[in-house]
Amino acid sequence: MNNKDIINSQEEYAYDFKDEDVSVFKTQKGLNEDVIKAISKTKGEPEWMLEYRLKAYHKFMEIPLPDFGPDLSDINFNDFTYYIKPSDKVSKDWKEVPETIKNTFEKLKIPEAEQKFLAGVSTQYESEVVYHNMLKEVEEKGVIFYDTDTALKKHPDLFKEYFGTVVSYADNKFAALNAAVWSGGSFIYVPKGVKLEKPLQSYFRINSELMGQFERTLIICDEGSDLHYVEGCTAPKYSNDSLHAATVEIIVKSNAKCRYSTVQNWSSNILNLVTKRTLVEENGVMEWIDGNVGSHLNMKYPCCILNGKGAKGVCISVAVASHSQYQDAGAKMIHLAPNTSSTIVSKSLSRVGGKVNYRGLVKMSPKATNSKAKVECDTLILDDISSSDTIPTNIVSNNSSTIEHEATVSKISEDQLFYLMSRGLSKEDATQMIILGFIEPFTKELPMEYAVELNQLLKINMQGSIG
Amino acid sequence: MENTLEIKNLHVKAGEKEILKGINLVVKQGEIHAIMGPNGNGKSTLLQTIMGNPNYEVTEGSIIYNGEDVLKMSVDQRSRKGLFLALQYPQEISGVTNSDFLRAAMNARSEKPVSIFKFIKEIDKNIKELKMKDDLAHRYVNDGFSGGEKKRNEILQMLMLKPDIAMLDEIDSGLDVDAIKLVSDAILKLKEETNLGLLVVSHYERFFTSIKPTHAHVIVDGKVVVEGDSELVLKIDNDGYDWLYEELKIEPLKEEKPMVYSLGVCARNRGNNGRVI
Repeated sequence: MNNKDIINSQEEYAYDFKDEDVSVFKTQKGLNEDVIKAISKTKGEPEWMLEYRLKAYHKFMEIPLPDFGPDLSDINFNDFTYYIKPSDKVSKDWKEVPETIKNTFEKLKIPEAEQKFLAGVSTQYESEVVYHNMLKEVEEKGVIFYDTDTALKKHPDLFKEYFGTVVSYADNKFAALNAAVWSGGSFIYVPKGVKLEKPLQSYFRINSELMGQFERTLIICDEGSDLHYVEGCTAPKYSNDSLHAATVEIIVKSNAKCRYSTVQNWSSNILNLVTKRTLVEENGVMEWIDGNVGSHLNMKYPCCILNGKGAKGVCISVAVASHSQYQDAGAKMIHLAPNTSSTIVSKSLSRVGGKVNYRGLVKMSPKATNSKAKVECDTLILDDISSSDTIPTNIVSNNSSTIEHEATVSKISEDQLFYLMSRGLSKEDATQMIILGFIEPFTKELPMEYAVELNQLLKINMQGSIG
Repeated sequence: MENTLEIKNLHVKAGEKEILKGINLVVKQGEIHAIMGPNGNGKSTLLQTIMGNPNYEVTEGSIIYNGEDVLKMSVDQRSRKGLFLALQYPQEISGVTNSDFLRAAMNARSEKPVSIFKFIKEIDKNIKELKMKDDLAHRYVNDGFSGGEKKRNEILQMLMLKPDIAMLDEIDSGLDVDAIKLVSDAILKLKEETNLGLLVVSHYERFFTSIKPTHAHVIVDGKVVVEGDSELVLKIDNDGYDWLYEELKIEPLKEEKPMVYSLGVCARNRGNNGRVI
């Protein structure tokens, strides 16, 4: 395949998918109070949630679009359908999944059963079995793991105590939108002192709502607990609608640890506008492992608010932008207490005309004495038609804290290519090897099966793009 | 058939400057050719050109390997045909382990993938032989290696890839006396096993004494000005090159040191010897 074919196939994959409308219930196009009331009603939510949604809706109407990053002024918010009752998605036929996606699954060597599952068409039975097996393991330890809608019904008090406490509905335009129309996502509560050895994975949840446009995730790691949560996977997620605004809120209490790993690979028609934030208490640790491969336009800056003494925040991320993609990604570390520390490692890659930015903020408040932050941003630009900017903001408001910032921008070096080729690797293989090496600091943080999948995925992406 | 590398009237330019001005050389399997001469007169250029470094442009002449036109081959094809170059300044490839790199290189030249078990056995044996650190296979290619480690790693790659003709560009610089012995023993052992042919650039008689060249060539100003055998190597080591310049009435080129540019930490380039790309 040459560049053009790859680009064409991506476009096909984005637009060629015809979905017969079998939904049980969906709201009319566009957003107004009636739509929100309908969503809340069909979900059977408590009154406070409806009020919350309505408040958020009004805030959404008030807040202007972000004044930074990609131009969003073309978005017509009345073009979208904000709620489709998810049960229809389960009934989708495997035959309806576009060939290109099936091919990608095959190239990723994901077995058919799993392929169907990932495409959201697996039977209820299959997913329930997997779900129950995992649930049994964690339930014995008192862990609560539901999709967010179910959690609101089953644990209303716990839910209300934490919901919206880290990301306010008034935080930004898209957080407001999410708060108004949220549906699906994950809810996890890990009790005091419980350490989960295996990662919890979202795609082993009964998850017809995996495709949710406005996922809302809420994770609470109680004191001294330890959780590794893996959201989605590297397989392509497709959706007919093209606006996605998710919110992820995490609370890490004292001495607890949370790691959140994800690789977003939305299809290339998606606008992905996400707010992810963690509140970290004394000696707690939060680690974001955040990959961005898909979507047409992506704005995502995982954040840690280091609120307790000795709290620690880490964000290791990768962003890959190809033809017609704009990745505006980065991280935020807000130090509010003494002896806090943070690390940001960002790897950006642009190719065949893609644009990738690192946009980051590290802020040391006057109270965050004796704190340390380290930022490392590396960018690899593969050709002359692709571009990248690094936009860091570093603020220190006390005399005892430091921020270290290091950034590199490079092309694939001719000397490295010559070296690898002189050992027999083709130009394409050598280029791939250098690229996979470049993002290795990210992939090594993923569970092995995901790392393998991500590498495979990038290899498929790169095929034919060299020389 | 005996593997033969045949270089005829080779002229090579780097940028606008002609560096090689008509080199003739024949290297056969089992032979060890010493390439000597003052710095900056074309020794490295010759080896780089044979391997196909795109920074060098052949303007005239030919390189034929076993009857095939090497100049028409890509760098990786040359490698798969059996040519090997141990670089004077090996590149660092961050994030790629030696093991992944070597396995990919070995798989590139064999019909079916090399068995992992065999591979591990082989690499462990060679790591021991070269007295390298045990964790070498899992370290990134040359990343954070000392000068000497990088050179040993080049030899390790040669032992794994088993070329027919190997070119060694100052493989001994950066190695201490013991390491030179280790490396030359390893080279000779491979030559015993595979009847390897060698094209060796070095400034040290000690290294040549260990590997005993069968042929010697002195390159001055892009031409081979004198040829001989191990005695020539010895004579140059004792007397230098001045007698040669006088006898032949020639002037060597003075080496031009490449300018090193560096930017601040905000736009640092890696793995490219500090040059800006």
